[in-house]
Amino acid sequence: MEAFSTLQGIAVPLDEANIDTNQICPTRFNKVPSGPRFAQILLHDRRFNADGSEKPDYILNQEPYRRAVIAVAGRNFGVGSSRETAVFGLITFGIRSVIAPNFGDIFFSNSLKNGLLPVRLPAATVETLMRQLLAERGASMTVDLPNQAVIGPDGKRHHFEIEPLSKKRLLKGQDEIAHTLEYGNAIKRFEQSHGKAFPWLAA
Amino acid sequence: MKTLFDKVWDNHIVAQEDDETLLYVDRCLIHEGSRHTFDTLHERGLPVAHPDKVFAFSDHYIPTDPQARARGVANVPDKEIRNMLELLTSNTAEYGIAKFGWGDERQGILHVAGPELGLSQPGIVLVGADSHTSTHGAFGNISFGIGSSETTHVVATQTIWQRRPGTLRIEIDGTLGFGVTAKDIILAIIAKIGIGGAIGYAIEYAGSTVARMSMNERMTICNMSIEAGGKAGLIAPDDTTYEFLANRYFAPKGRDWDEALKFWRTLPSDPGAKFSKEVELDAARVGPMVTWGTNPEQSLPITGRVPDPAQEQDLERRTEFNKALAYMDLKPGMALTDIAVDRVFIGSCTNSRIDDIRSAAAVAKLGHAVIPAWVVPGSESVKRQAEAEGLDRIFVEAGFEWREAGCSLCTALNGDQLKPGERCGSTSNRNFQGRQGPGGRTHLMSPAMAAAAALRGHLVDVREFGTRKS
Repeated sequence: MEAFSTLQGIAVPLDEANIDTNQICPTRFNKVPSGPRFAQILLHDRRFNADGSEKPDYILNQEPYRRAVIAVAGRNFGVGSSRETAVFGLITFGIRSVIAPNFGDIFFSNSLKNGLLPVRLPAATVETLMRQLLAERGASMTVDLPNQAVIGPDGKRHHFEIEPLSKKRLLKGQDEIAHTLEYGNAIKRFEQSHGKAFPWLAA
Repeated sequence: MKTLFDKVWDNHIVAQEDDETLLYVDRCLIHEGSRHTFDTLHERGLPVAHPDKVFAFSDHYIPTDPQARARGVANVPDKEIRNMLELLTSNTAEYGIAKFGWGDERQGILHVAGPELGLSQPGIVLVGADSHTSTHGAFGNISFGIGSSETTHVVATQTIWQRRPGTLRIEIDGTLGFGVTAKDIILAIIAKIGIGGAIGYAIEYAGSTVARMSMNERMTICNMSIEAGGKAGLIAPDDTTYEFLANRYFAPKGRDWDEALKFWRTLPSDPGAKFSKEVELDAARVGPMVTWGTNPEQSLPITGRVPDPAQEQDLERRTEFNKALAYMDLKPGMALTDIAVDRVFIGSCTNSRIDDIRSAAAVAKLGHAVIPAWVVPGSESVKRQAEAEGLDRIFVEAGFEWREAGCSLCTALNGDQLKPGERCGSTSNRNFQGRQGPGGRTHLMSPAMAAAAALRGHLVDVREFGTRKS
């Protein structure tokens, strides 16, 4: 996983609530192995017609948003299916942080495992950022993970909360499995007592 | 005083770091879509910690057309789909993981076949590589869906890092009206709290209505917890739970059963235990529900009308309603019963168990389908049971298609899918844009309501088809 520190660049306003993982990665692409194809798969049916041609109206098909690294979206971003391919799409396209009032729980976890930072900000703040981005095409924003702050197009800072362990892992680009294996002895001890308490779960 | 959720959680804490808990996982369910997990295991040379705690099901990609099924996996025409099916076989064989796949009499949707096998037991932590894993919480455990990275972590370490969610108690009281099912109850709950209403919470469903429900009905309720954003959905185990579990393949036997039962009886939430949030629903006031929009909270009783966005005060919601109506090609104010459907799908991990098949058959036998209507049992076992009861004959005589077990038209991964613009009355769980195929339109409802729609060719109140039995 690529480490995440401070991200600065073009922010795309996805001015819509309830963008579910079926929209972010249409089901038929779930069988695609992770790789460069996911840049096209991101929000595929919003971006492309049935014949594969681009829908010029969709914001991600417009300059300078093809180079967006941050997305600002409405509430309930990433609800629905557990498909991690939704995260693959965003990352491969180049988006490393999504800012929204709230997120689908599984999408949120999946993001953290792939170096995509989901930032929860109050709905009113997200709305302000959205309005600023819509008013100023191609505006830049900053997501500063060490200081837990989003800096809007107007230069205003907005503090965000993140679980300390998730923050630590993202900053280091730390592999979660390697970290967990450091708990190898604790897991073994737990398994012994758990197995004794609930012998019927042994097989 | 602890809640059911707290008791199960506390029994599985391996370690704590900052505000995250390393939880022990008793069971992990996977399916063909778990290919990304095996890709990572291969790439990194990681072993599977406990292959005997991982269970694989062929469901998402398996064909449900009886002829395709008879031809065997080698003859699946779509190369990518065949590849997914074959990968599950080779990957599970490589790591010594039990697989319930093509040709196995125990095959089925992981959330239907898993409980049938007795894998879902009270008090355990169960994870699945599918968001509807919340289904298994109907047995009084913590079950939730995870992505492929987390699945890799679980199979490699038998643990998972989690933040402790809040607890939301949903009390459901009152007697279900005629023609009203568990599906209508959960749709009514989602309409009430919204698709983000339970984000950050594990839901415990309680109350007299839930206590009277069968395990199949409870699974339908817990299944759609994720559609309200819930981390998990739980129901306290009781005699209904134990009767369902007794003698199942993976259920404890003999002295183990007695010990397990003693433990299970300690699990229900203590009287007076604190929940972070409480919601109530009067089941007697719920009618048969249908969705009109593009997410599961956009539903109404069948007696209602398509909402008029202009009447919506909240601007954001007005925009959402307009977008949903444009995608669904519906006019504000039209009666829901005036919505014509092109086809019907009865199946999915929400509504493909024997009770669902029976309730659909009870309606199907009152007429003849005027549009294509599929019945896809959730498992081989459900299929056998339905056939033993002659339900397959009822469907076939009524012009419905009786198919093989799998996810089919709910996930639209195996080639079963809607054509662009096609409108489907469906017993599945998601009406997202394109969910059942690009451009497809979905109306969610109960099996009885879907069967009724098949007989009429439009959405219809199933209560028209009968009178209340005494």
